Amino acid sequence: MSEESVLIVEDLTQTYVSGSRPLTVLKDVSFQVRRSEACAIVGPSGSGKTTLLGLCAGLDRPTSGKVVLDGLELNRLNEEELAEVRNRKVGFVFQTFQLIPTLTALENVMVPVELRGETGVRERARDLLDRVGLADRTGHYPAQLSGGEQQRVALARAFINQPAILFADEPTGNLDADTSQHVDDLIFQLNREAGTTLILVTHDVELAERTERIIKLRGGRIVSDAPQLQEVSRRLP
Amino acid sequence: MNLRSAWIDPWVWRMAWRDSRSSRRRLLLFTSSIILGVSALVAISSFSANLRMAIDEQARSLLGADLSLISRTPFEEADQPLLSQVGGEQALQASFSSMAFFPRSADFRLVQVRAIEGNFPFYGKVETDPPSAADEYRQGPGALVDDALMQQFEVGVGDPVRLGEFTFTIAGRLLDIPGEAVAFSVAAPRVYIPLAYLEQTRLIQPGSRVRYRNFVRFEPGTDVEAHVTQLEPRLRERGLRWDTVEERKRRLGRAMENLARFLNLTGFIALLLGAIGIASSIHLYVKQKRNTVAVLRCVGARTRQVVTVYVVQALAMGLVGALTGSLLGIGVQLLLPRVLSDFLPVSIPFAVSWLAVAMGTGIGLGFALLFSLLPLAPIRRISPLVALRADFEAVAARRDPVQWALGALIAGCVCLFAIAQTERWVYGLFFFLGLAVAFGLLVGVAKLIMRTVRRSFPAGWAYVWRQGLANLYRPQNQTLVLMLSLGLGTFLIVTLYLVQSTLLSQAALTAGGNRPNLVFFDIQSDQRDEVREIISASGSPILQDVPIVTMRLQSLKGRSVEELREDDNRSQPRWLLTREYRSTYRDHLIETERVVGGRWIGRLEGAGQAAPISLEQEVASELEVELGDQLVFDVQGIPISTYLASIREVEWQRVQPNFFAVFPAGVLEEAPQFHVLVTRAENTQQSAALQRAVIQSFPNVSTVDLGLILRTVDTILDKVAFVIRFMALFSFFTGLTVLAGAVITSRYQRLQETVLLRTLGASRRQVLQIMVIEYVLLGLLAAATGLILALGAGWGLAYFLFETTFLPPGLPILAAILLVVVLTVLIGYLNSRSLLDRPPLEVLRSEAAA
Repeated sequence: MSEESVLIVEDLTQTYVSGSRPLTVLKDVSFQVRRSEACAIVGPSGSGKTTLLGLCAGLDRPTSGKVVLDGLELNRLNEEELAEVRNRKVGFVFQTFQLIPTLTALENVMVPVELRGETGVRERARDLLDRVGLADRTGHYPAQLSGGEQQRVALARAFINQPAILFADEPTGNLDADTSQHVDDLIFQLNREAGTTLILVTHDVELAERTERIIKLRGGRIVSDAPQLQEVSRRLP
Repeated sequence: MNLRSAWIDPWVWRMAWRDSRSSRRRLLLFTSSIILGVSALVAISSFSANLRMAIDEQARSLLGADLSLISRTPFEEADQPLLSQVGGEQALQASFSSMAFFPRSADFRLVQVRAIEGNFPFYGKVETDPPSAADEYRQGPGALVDDALMQQFEVGVGDPVRLGEFTFTIAGRLLDIPGEAVAFSVAAPRVYIPLAYLEQTRLIQPGSRVRYRNFVRFEPGTDVEAHVTQLEPRLRERGLRWDTVEERKRRLGRAMENLARFLNLTGFIALLLGAIGIASSIHLYVKQKRNTVAVLRCVGARTRQVVTVYVVQALAMGLVGALTGSLLGIGVQLLLPRVLSDFLPVSIPFAVSWLAVAMGTGIGLGFALLFSLLPLAPIRRISPLVALRADFEAVAARRDPVQWALGALIAGCVCLFAIAQTERWVYGLFFFLGLAVAFGLLVGVAKLIMRTVRRSFPAGWAYVWRQGLANLYRPQNQTLVLMLSLGLGTFLIVTLYLVQSTLLSQAALTAGGNRPNLVFFDIQSDQRDEVREIISASGSPILQDVPIVTMRLQSLKGRSVEELREDDNRSQPRWLLTREYRSTYRDHLIETERVVGGRWIGRLEGAGQAAPISLEQEVASELEVELGDQLVFDVQGIPISTYLASIREVEWQRVQPNFFAVFPAGVLEEAPQFHVLVTRAENTQQSAALQRAVIQSFPNVSTVDLGLILRTVDTILDKVAFVIRFMALFSFFTGLTVLAGAVITSRYQRLQETVLLRTLGASRRQVLQIMVIEYVLLGLLAAATGLILALGAGWGLAYFLFETTFLPPGLPILAAILLVVVLTVLIGYLNSRSLLDRPPLEVLRSEAAA
């Protein structure tokens, strides 16, 4: 195991019971992701992408295999400790934005930090909203924002706790092309600035190609795992 | 982080506040369903605290004296030494039933006469109009007459009233007698006269049932109880019973506590319904919060933190509801004395019992919280994965043990509350089980209806009908909770109504055919022939001519009654041992009797033998006598030996004399006796004319006619039903509040549907039709379910308890259904109107934040 690896996945298998028969969604998946690496997980619908993301982020428990996130073996943690890990080390961006409808943009951004009992986070949240271009929308509720605006609020929320790793599930799947472009740019920009590791699940080939590495899933197995040449070359001195 | 730290976590409170932002109005609406229940509890508890206080404060005026000695025979010279020993200031009262005749209107009525000598009441005041009449009637031959009776016969102060052979002048109207409730004067209105004139009425004749009381007032500071204990042996020896202020207070206190408990339980049902309403609203609320919970879990909120956020909301909501309910309760408390006025023997001052308010608020809050926790528990199981995939369902279909535990806790609390209220665990348990059965039946019927609608869905019906019908069983439907709340309310109200109408129609039924409907009693032997003649002359048949001999039990199976009375281990009730038996003799059985044991012997053959008597079956079993057992009766000084020859079943409901003990012919013919004549008048005019004729010739003869009984039963039932209906209204209106809550809660689902329908081109009219159809059906089903249960309960009560035919009245039942439906539709419409009158997109925008 390299010291550089922030995420280690070993022999991960996930089986659900659907009706009365077991359904294997992931089968013996193993890979590692280095710190600050940007990595895309691609594959057709039902290939197990979202399941893999959920397991890596500690949202679910695997049937077998293990996940080590920033040095912590998730299997050994109980639910409350997993919540702590998600709060301190993980950021999320969802396809459906998942802002809390009853909170303003600013309050949505503050939630992860406020949860820890930290105070004085308002300024930091404002800064982040400013950086995603929503300085004038802080008091708006999600229903009053456009899709692109909502996703930018979600981005600010994901970065407020300076996560070690950011999981993004089809972040632009619900947005039109122009807005998508803007949100994509923001993700990569913030990611680079914060030195965060990025795990991106997507259908979007163009988006995947902007990462350094693409892991292809099919039928619950990894069918290819290759670094992106241009990204590699870009990283070379 | 443990639960305690979740409670002090500022984020939890901040989040609870922020998250409630768009749903505060809705949350407040949920709370409104417990408001009525809490207000009923607070009002009744506070009221009964006042009642207790009033009984304590007015205790002496309840009896009107410190001590009352009660006798069946007049106090005579021989009693003087005993009465002197009793001491204090004394006053006498003789009370008995008699006919009062009002010459001005030629009306007459069976009344309770109270002839008084001395300064009774010593404490408290008989209220009269004019007020001075309370004293003035004693001066001349004056009478105080029950106000309701005077109003009924349209007689006034100064008019004459004849009792027996003496005519009194009405000195005033009797408005209020301390210690007596108005409701009980309906059966026997009171007439007060001075004792000095009793003789001249000639109403006291052999066989008259007169109760003599000697009222005593002691010097202040006398220990009455101790004095009585000291006197006890001599009082017993004289055969006196007695009543003290403490004793009266205890009895009255008990009766009033029972009333308060009954009302409290009714209020509690309303609270339970409200709590169920809250549970169902929270259930939907939680469903809508599923995503928020998942997102919070994703960003690192702990389970306890998230659960506590919603518990805090529920707690705040419960608190608002309970406090509002308590405030309203204080208002309701103002109404209660008016609702209950006919049943209250004391006047009730208004004071708020803060203990009652605190307890009501506490119970309301407790139940609101308990019932909220039930639907809040699943929040623990919402997986953060839901944020990733909306369709994710954890494998948590299995029942959650925490929910089971909460269910058991709720059942336990309800049971405990019922036991605490009834103070007898058996009653409490029965109340709980009864409630459980009623709830179970309502739920059962609701589910059956939903399943039936789904199974045999009328696919050929018009679109709006199908849509409205389908709303009954589709996910998020309100059918069950409305069935429960509206159904239970309807059930309670209709059952009461059915019982009342059944009792009345039963009484009316006994008037049918050739059955007796008029009874003359207290006829002396020398008056008998003439009364018979008057009856025959009026064209009415003499259906029965019954001799009555009064007697007491002297010994039972060889043991004297005195001995039995002293025996603490006996199981016979005291009243059966010491009462005056009014028995008859004849050589045949009558229509209302049937021998169920032994052999009926109609005549005593051979002098000097024990007489073969027949006892009514209940009495025989209470006295624990079997066929052949010896009983000796004291017939006005002469012991008569008898043995139990037969046991009879008696149909008591008929308007005619029936007897505990029937002697054979050939035993009592020579004993002092009086007579009862039973006849049948064809109509009320004939009945009135006949009664007038008899009373004018024989003023001591009293009559009871079926019309009077019917009116009395009706009046008393009306008064009782009014109180019960008043309480049932709390349940009913709680049902409507729950409905309003349910409509608002399901608004978001309805909203999306409505917007979709309208976007697809449905007219406002069509959407409205769907809605009206759904609520009409809901109201109909709830009312019908309540009605079916009420019919079942009514039939059960009629068949088992009143042993009569069940005749449900049709029209009022239809009216009840209609009312429930109209109210349901109205509330449904008022709460959904805003969705109909605005453009779809505007609605979506403004409500989406919810």
